[in-house]
Amino acid sequence: MAAMSDMPLVFLRQAPAARLPPPMARSGAFGWLRGNLFSSPANIALTLICLVLLAWAVPPLIRFLLIDAVWSGHDREACLASPANHEPGACWAFIRVWFSYFVYGFYPIAERWRVDLFFLALAFGIVWLLWLSAPRRDIGAVYFFLVLPILSLILLSGFPLIGLVSVPTTLWGGILVTIVVSTIGMVFSLPLGILLALGRRSRFPVVKMFSVTFIEFVRGVPLITVLFMASVMLPLFVPERFAPDKLVRALIGVAMFASAYMAEVVRGGLAAIPRGQFEAANALGLSYWRMMALVILPQALRVTLPNIVNTFIGLFKDTTLVFVVGIFDFLRTIEAARGDPNWASPITGVTGYAFAALVYFICCYGMSRYAQRVEARLARRSGRKER
Amino acid sequence: MPIAAAGRPMADIARPSPRHAGRVRNLALQAALILIVGGLGCGAIYNAAQNLAHANIAHGFGFWNNTAGFDISQTLIEYSASTSTFGRAFWVGLLNTLLVSAIGIVLATILGFIIGIARLSRNWLVARLASGYVELIRNVPLLLQIMFWYNSVLKALPELRGSVALPFGGFLNNRGLFLPRPEFGARFDAVVIALSLGIIAAMALHVWARRRQERTGMRPRILWPALAVIVGLPVVAFIVFGFPLSFRNPDLGRFNVRGGLEILPEFAALLIALSVYTAAFIAEVVRAGVLAVPTGQTEAASALGLRSDWTLRLVVVPQAMRVIVPPLTSQYLNLIKNSSLAVAIGYPDLFQVFTGSVLNITGQAVEVVAITMAVYLMISLVTSALMNLYGRTIAIVER
Repeated sequence: MAAMSDMPLVFLRQAPAARLPPPMARSGAFGWLRGNLFSSPANIALTLICLVLLAWAVPPLIRFLLIDAVWSGHDREACLASPANHEPGACWAFIRVWFSYFVYGFYPIAERWRVDLFFLALAFGIVWLLWLSAPRRDIGAVYFFLVLPILSLILLSGFPLIGLVSVPTTLWGGILVTIVVSTIGMVFSLPLGILLALGRRSRFPVVKMFSVTFIEFVRGVPLITVLFMASVMLPLFVPERFAPDKLVRALIGVAMFASAYMAEVVRGGLAAIPRGQFEAANALGLSYWRMMALVILPQALRVTLPNIVNTFIGLFKDTTLVFVVGIFDFLRTIEAARGDPNWASPITGVTGYAFAALVYFICCYGMSRYAQRVEARLARRSGRKER
Repeated sequence: MPIAAAGRPMADIARPSPRHAGRVRNLALQAALILIVGGLGCGAIYNAAQNLAHANIAHGFGFWNNTAGFDISQTLIEYSASTSTFGRAFWVGLLNTLLVSAIGIVLATILGFIIGIARLSRNWLVARLASGYVELIRNVPLLLQIMFWYNSVLKALPELRGSVALPFGGFLNNRGLFLPRPEFGARFDAVVIALSLGIIAAMALHVWARRRQERTGMRPRILWPALAVIVGLPVVAFIVFGFPLSFRNPDLGRFNVRGGLEILPEFAALLIALSVYTAAFIAEVVRAGVLAVPTGQTEAASALGLRSDWTLRLVVVPQAMRVIVPPLTSQYLNLIKNSSLAVAIGYPDLFQVFTGSVLNITGQAVEVVAITMAVYLMISLVTSALMNLYGRTIAIVER
């Protein structure tokens, strides 16, 4: 021990240290694979499980939907197992034959150009509103919320005075009804939702109470009970002569339901507006409605546009529920066609559902991607980092 | 706006102050609103009374005690079409709604947390698969999914003759899943009591461990003793009281299946679709909650020398849960409300039994719809009250 203390407490390396192995490559295909899929034993196991899952699910799915699928035919014979095709896949022939029913329902064939025109007018309005750098989006809003509803009413249900044969709503069906219900829900729920949201923040206790009661009541019950209420109770509440059409009743139910949800979305947007904006508008001597219309709402709606689109996606999916009141929306037409004895086969139903799922997925996914892009753009603009 | 000249008191101005005028106008506006809504309400009630009298439909809740006279395919409590009342049918439907909602909430929560965590995984493939699941499920209507599971999966199973035999004497066919039915002996309650005692003992152990940690800084390991108490006590009771549990296997007859525990395809389809659908939304909630915990928290925890599993348990999860609970509550409420889609496939839930069968028989739309809505409202309120209670227990304790 004594000898130890005499030794100098300094250590100098005599020779250079051995080289360390180079760090694992993080770039390139191998580096990426190692970093993202095979970084640890647990990760390797997970990756392998996922690969097995994919190998089990994806090839049969592709075979069913594309390779073994039946693309043409006139009746069920085409989609039944035969010597030529032991295990027929999706029966797309069935969709092709029924396609126009899925789009128009029983809308008279000679008048279907009116539906097409409606689709065009609607698409025009949607693009105008949702394309953020489109010119004169204020006129677009007037077009969408005022001109379009009237125009489509004349187009779709007819106006004998100008030579458009009237088509009763009982003949409407398919994607047409789905789009009419969701668009009307949107067109009415946004203004009503704004009013309810303002009502909820109102200084008048009575207005506030009405708004809160309505919003909380509607949000607390399932949509189908609201639809049912609109469908069975509404005709009771008005004199018998004025009992509205079945589709109109469903539309009222959907609009009521959607406006309660929209109110909450708008309320979120209003809450995001700094107090200073209200105070500045007051200081300028603006009246309540001018303050809302010119200062607050334009900002609040811009902030909440992604949420409005998300609410609309929910509404679009929820339109499937109008089946409880006996309206033939898109899903209901699929259900009806599925029962066609001409096409009775074990795969007709699955094909119908696959087609419906595809249509709904494309619409909803497209809208949600749009909402995400707007959100990212808003985040950039307000200087926050994009997630 | 008139501006009072300097030195002249405001009271000299003859007109009432604008402030006062505003207040009168506001009161008048509100009174008018009440009058309009009240008037519309009265008109509606008057019209309803007229129309109902015209159609010769009874009113009031007198039908509650009348004999129902219709069958219900799944009854958790005793019910028979010939003797039970509408009131009884109501309870049967309500219990069915609660059953499918409760099990659905548990399954959706488990699946949703797994998928939400998987979306955050560093493994690219796992994260991609999880987000594919979320996108696919979220963007397809629930009703379509329910119909798919029911018509294309469960109803496409083999018929009675070709039933798939499951291990332990169960069967699976297009009429449902038939499992051995547990039959509880007379002394089975002793096992239940033992289980409750075990849980209480484990909780006591937890409290003791916590106190000890606060006193000494050392955290005793109680996981295994706690599990031993929870599992061990009921097992001991089970053996001591002579195995008071037997199973009755279902018998596969020519035309039906007798005995055994029957799980209807309607119930199964609804449960699967609700859990799978809600899980996709819960996954998003969980992901957002975990992302909301700042990275600095994890870094601080590892700087303190906490192991990664402790970091997760003591630092990340408690903070993430505070963000997760409120939106999770609204997902639970959505699941309960969505369970009313049972009507599409004929699962006898509250909506199907009440607004379906009862309304058809009695024709009393106003009463039946009002009761149904009130009950859903009640369930929603109770659920959100419970979740708020839970939210309060995990809230930050501030000084």
